Amino acid sequence: MARLTDSNVVVAREIIGRLPRAKSALIPLLHLAQEQDGWVTDEAMAHIAELLNITSAEVYGTATFYEMFKFQPVGRYCINICTGISCHLTGAWELLQHAEHSLDVHVGGTTADGMFTLEGAECIAACTEGPALAINHRYRYTVTNGQFDQLVDDLRSGRLHDEVPPHGMLARIRQRTPDNWANTGAEAQQKVDAR
Amino acid sequence: MSDTDTTTETAPAPEPKRTVTISVDGRAHEAQPGQLVIDACEDAGTYVPRFCYHPRMTSVGMCRQCLVEVDGPRGPMMVVSCMTTVAENQVVHTETPTVKRAQEGVLEMLLANHPLDCPVCDKGGECPLQDQAFSHGPGESRYVEEKRHFEKPIPISDLVFLDRERCILCDRCTRFADEVAGDKLIHFVNRGNETQVNTFPDEPFASYFSGNTVQICPVGALTAKPYRFKARPWDLDQTESTCTTCAVGCRTVVQSSRDELLRYQGVDSDPVNWGWLCDRGRFNFEAVNSPQRLAAPMVRTAEGLVETNWNTALGAVVSLLDQAKQAGGAAGIAVLGGARSSNEGAFAWARLAHDVIGTPNVSAQMGDGLPVGLLAMPRATIDDVASATTIVLLGPDLKEELPVLYLRVRDAAEKGRRRILEFTPKPGGLTRYAWKSIGYEPGTQLSAMQAALADPQIAEQLAKGPVVVIAGRANLAESTAATVQALQALTSAVPNATVLPAFRRGNVVGAMQVGVRPGPGGLDARGTLQAAANGKIECLVLVGADPLADFPDADLARRALAGARRVIAVDTFLNASSSHADVVLAAAAYGEQGGSTTNLEGRVTTLSQKVTPRGTSRPDWMIAGEIARLMDVAFGYTSVDDV
Amino acid sequence: MTDTPQHFLVPGLVPTGPKIITTRFDQADGYTYDGYVNTGGYKALRQVLTTMSPQQVHDEVKTSEMQGRGGAGFPAGTKWGFLPAGVFPRYIVVNGDESEPGTYKDRKLMELDPHQIIEGILIACYAVGAAQAFLYVRGEMALAQERIAQALNDAYTHNLIGRNILGTDFSVDIVLAWGAGAYIVGEETALIESLEGERGMPRLKPPYFPASKGLYMQPTIVNNIETLANLPWIIQETGQAFHDLGAPTSTGMRLFAVSGHVNQTGVFEVPNGVTTFRMLFEAPEYCNGVREGRGVKAFIPGGASAMWFFDEHLDLPLDKPTVDKAGSMLGSGAIVVMDDTTDMVAACWNIVHFFAKESCGKCTPCREGTTWLERILKRILSGNGRPEDLDLLMEVSESISPGIAWPPRQTTICPLGPSAVSPIASAIRRFRHEFEHYIEHGRAIDGVHTPPVHGVSHGVAHV
Ligand SMILES: Cc1cc2nc3c(=O)[nH]c(=O)nc-3n(C[C@H](O)[C@H](O)[C@H](O)COP(=O)(O)O)c2cc1C
Ligand code: SF4
Ligand code: FES
Repeated sequence: MARLTDSNVVVAREIIGRLPRAKSALIPLLHLAQEQDGWVTDEAMAHIAELLNITSAEVYGTATFYEMFKFQPVGRYCINICTGISCHLTGAWELLQHAEHSLDVHVGGTTADGMFTLEGAECIAACTEGPALAINHRYRYTVTNGQFDQLVDDLRSGRLHDEVPPHGMLARIRQRTPDNWANTGAEAQQKVDAR
Repeated sequence: MSDTDTTTETAPAPEPKRTVTISVDGRAHEAQPGQLVIDACEDAGTYVPRFCYHPRMTSVGMCRQCLVEVDGPRGPMMVVSCMTTVAENQVVHTETPTVKRAQEGVLEMLLANHPLDCPVCDKGGECPLQDQAFSHGPGESRYVEEKRHFEKPIPISDLVFLDRERCILCDRCTRFADEVAGDKLIHFVNRGNETQVNTFPDEPFASYFSGNTVQICPVGALTAKPYRFKARPWDLDQTESTCTTCAVGCRTVVQSSRDELLRYQGVDSDPVNWGWLCDRGRFNFEAVNSPQRLAAPMVRTAEGLVETNWNTALGAVVSLLDQAKQAGGAAGIAVLGGARSSNEGAFAWARLAHDVIGTPNVSAQMGDGLPVGLLAMPRATIDDVASATTIVLLGPDLKEELPVLYLRVRDAAEKGRRRILEFTPKPGGLTRYAWKSIGYEPGTQLSAMQAALADPQIAEQLAKGPVVVIAGRANLAESTAATVQALQALTSAVPNATVLPAFRRGNVVGAMQVGVRPGPGGLDARGTLQAAANGKIECLVLVGADPLADFPDADLARRALAGARRVIAVDTFLNASSSHADVVLAAAAYGEQGGSTTNLEGRVTTLSQKVTPRGTSRPDWMIAGEIARLMDVAFGYTSVDDV
Repeated sequence: MTDTPQHFLVPGLVPTGPKIITTRFDQADGYTYDGYVNTGGYKALRQVLTTMSPQQVHDEVKTSEMQGRGGAGFPAGTKWGFLPAGVFPRYIVVNGDESEPGTYKDRKLMELDPHQIIEGILIACYAVGAAQAFLYVRGEMALAQERIAQALNDAYTHNLIGRNILGTDFSVDIVLAWGAGAYIVGEETALIESLEGERGMPRLKPPYFPASKGLYMQPTIVNNIETLANLPWIIQETGQAFHDLGAPTSTGMRLFAVSGHVNQTGVFEVPNGVTTFRMLFEAPEYCNGVREGRGVKAFIPGGASAMWFFDEHLDLPLDKPTVDKAGSMLGSGAIVVMDDTTDMVAACWNIVHFFAKESCGKCTPCREGTTWLERILKRILSGNGRPEDLDLLMEVSESISPGIAWPPRQTTICPLGPSAVSPIASAIRRFRHEFEHYIEHGRAIDGVHTPPVHGVSHGVAHV
């Protein structure tokens, strides 16, 4: 299942409708596709191109600019260990080294059971809490080797099932488009476009 | 932006200063208002090196090669000259140590990851990067790290190869695909140092204009399959000419080596093609070079068509014509074609047909044409189209039939904000750029037009300013009548509307203007073929015409060729029709003969001979003259210029 | 180690001020609608809509002389003034892309007090007459996105956003947008490109100044999260009150994230312009000293893009003009402390690696230059340095940032390229011997700690 599902197409149309220009919905729709499949498939990109009335090449060009989008499957949990300068100074590399050994993968790799993909990360804005990491973008601060192994164990055993959704699911709360919605920007922009 | 005609009302007050005074390296220069510094400097005789800048596309200021210094309130500021417009008393420095250092820095960076394969690169010898490196380069590279690696040339379409290792990411090809051609099929992919140009997986760069990206690539990253490894630029020698693949008449340079046509490049002719060519025209030389070309005339014998010499062939032609005359009078002879060749060839054939043979049955159009009367209507140029307030499309899908005209109209709509009012039986290339696109059932143009004219919104738009109609036949199957009626309805509602006739074939306008058209009581192409089909044509002369392939009603064409008692063909190939002929005269092809041609605007431009004709083949004008001589009429031409 | 005046170690001896935007950081439900309203939330908005004209709001902000908190430090009131009169629609774009290494404040504000930001946005929209606001949150910040989405939904339900807000004729929409992982998108024009669904590549300024040709080529104000979070306070307490805090040249309270080798890292709201770096590092209210009582070898005053500071800069106040004059910047309020065990070559590589990886690739000197610098440094770190490499590093830097001065001149479109030059210029000028030692002996000088940096000491896949 790679094209957007019918229910996701409904969400997609809501997102598009809220923006002054359809193409502005491109990144949100790519997130939607990644939320659906865990990564961004070619079929999904082609489908998004249809929805936005642009070419697949345009979708591809934008998508590949952004690091969060994956173009091949990754583990259920993507572990990003921050290597920004503050974490660099407070043990990030040591933690990364430990993670490689205890998960038995190299950075960029996915564990045999498909559970974990290990990656570094540029500064994730937790600089005062180094070394910091995020699993599917849920943060953990001043992580020790022991805590890391505990974390992996909790994830494997499903104890963190509620807190950490599978890779691709970002915000679980969406901005709704309420009934009293004022499409002020779009309305105004349309006037300008149709000169 | 704003309509050009709004300014025309301004009173002729005391001449305001029309230029902007700037200083380039201490020399005063009068620049055009709104001009970019990079162009102003060039006018002032100072060429600022550049890679991403292209005068026909939006500046992006990416490559940073064109950095110069401009004096500002806080001392000299470094700016890219391709995105800075001139201003009164602006002081520009292109030679300061800072500028030189910056430009050398950029160049060194561009070369850091660039492969050193110039000796095997198509671009080697005409490569801006190579030239820059020689003239300004720091010489020995200080970059000792490993270079960027990509799979060597990948095909991004049937015609174009991309070598990402050579690419310097100037955004020219991608910008062309986006803003000029409107085919956003190639794009920047990935980020930063890993950025590359590519297509979407398994979705090739299928554009009618892909060849232009090869021409504007400032390095050898993009190469064209038909030209790859064919020649080194320094072996090429070239002459300027005009493309006759369709009636737009794009200006080209024709390049050859060792008497073989190897490449056409677009020439930036401001009123016509802006340097662009369509792929059909650009790669046309492959036909000229084809091994199937006729090298000598042929006559039909027991064994079928066999090569012979010109005397025999011409003799045969003349006796066929004589027999035909005796059998059915001059009117039993008909001449089709002439649009392929030059004005001179057409003129000679017109004289031969009308004056020497004396038949009125002469037609340059293959039944896909338009009433000659269109030429009598107030004519518009392509530039008139581009500057019109409203562009009315009442004809073929320009993207399919007149590709570079499509580019100009698309640009007028996109950048010039001109409004397109389209009448079309089915969505075409310009439909998505149209302000209004009105569909109609073939044959109902008139009612569609009348309905449109009755629409107040459309009426208001048409009243806003200059209206230009691009008129032609949307659909070959239908007659011209419907279109002409619709056109008349429009022109009577908008009297000062002007017309650009969308003739298709290369030089059809020229051919008709020099007389390749029915004389009094003469038959047009369809009439001729019908007569032939009914056995009323003794001798059918095809001058570069292939009815079997080109005539809309293929069945009629088949019956006509069977019905015509005799067939004489003047052609470059043994094609469907000419292989039916009793005599085939080998004609010189494009690039093998000089002369002139006339585009759909009526603009006359030169055709140049670049290579010698294949075998003993001869230009049309010469063939016509020979036949006339054998019929005891001397045209007295000894060269194309005499004609 | 350093000759610290002892009194900084005594509690209460550093200048303090009121909490302005961190009041709800310790409040468990501070991020909820009720939690916000129960603590005075949306009072300022009511005040604005019912008692003030847009001009009056703008004037308050001008009076406050609040400098933007995103990095450039440009006064917000002045920036709003650049909007061309009578051109509509115009947009407010809120920059929540916080990615500058060392920077940690906007995420806190978004997670812990989203309504405060929303109120600030609404006040700004009212002041400049914006039709719509786009709140761009960095892609990786899932919790911030959820909290803001919830807050927006609640604010809508209570008619604080939308049509005829609170019964007035003021209508505005706020759209939540996420990034997807690209530091450069924090740059305002790249952010706009990203909002338009494009690759986040900066536009050249001029001609594309957002205030005149921004989002959809319409007038646009881009402001940082922290900048806007200050607005409710400024409205309620007046711009003058804000101006009276801190120093006249750097007004108000300001968030500084101090990370690295201090005993008590944290995000502190301190009186702007008067507090010194030393106070921040030593005072028990703040960092309570460098770890193990060590000395400061170097510190970064304003994010990875900034030139480094050293001992001699410790007593400078956190004051924009002062720090600028001293040859660096306060940037995004990101202070990174490196003690005397730090391997400066590795630290330098880390930051250059960041910029090389995050270059958008649009312009040649940055795309090629930053990567080139990174490769040279990596070679040096892995023991394959050559004596000529140090001059080469400076030469390549010169090609990106002519003169290697501060504020940097640039051959590039945006300041990212030159940012990679800051750590190199700082480290090589100050610690050249450490680089030479690497080149000579293939390892760091004694007494410093070299982290097991990937692709260097390990040859493991490159991060
Ligand atoms: C490379 C680069 C990255 C930036 N990243 C951010 C950022 O993450 N967040 C931010 O608010 N401003 C960032 N900025 C500054 C913005 O361009 C812009 O100046 C700022 O958002 C304006 O808001 P302010 O006036 O309220 O400070 C960055 C600038 C550059 C050149
Ligand atoms: S300096 Fe770097 S980040 Fe900025 S525009 Fe140029 S390439 Fe992109
Ligand atoms: S030519 Fe001006 S930046 Fe490329």
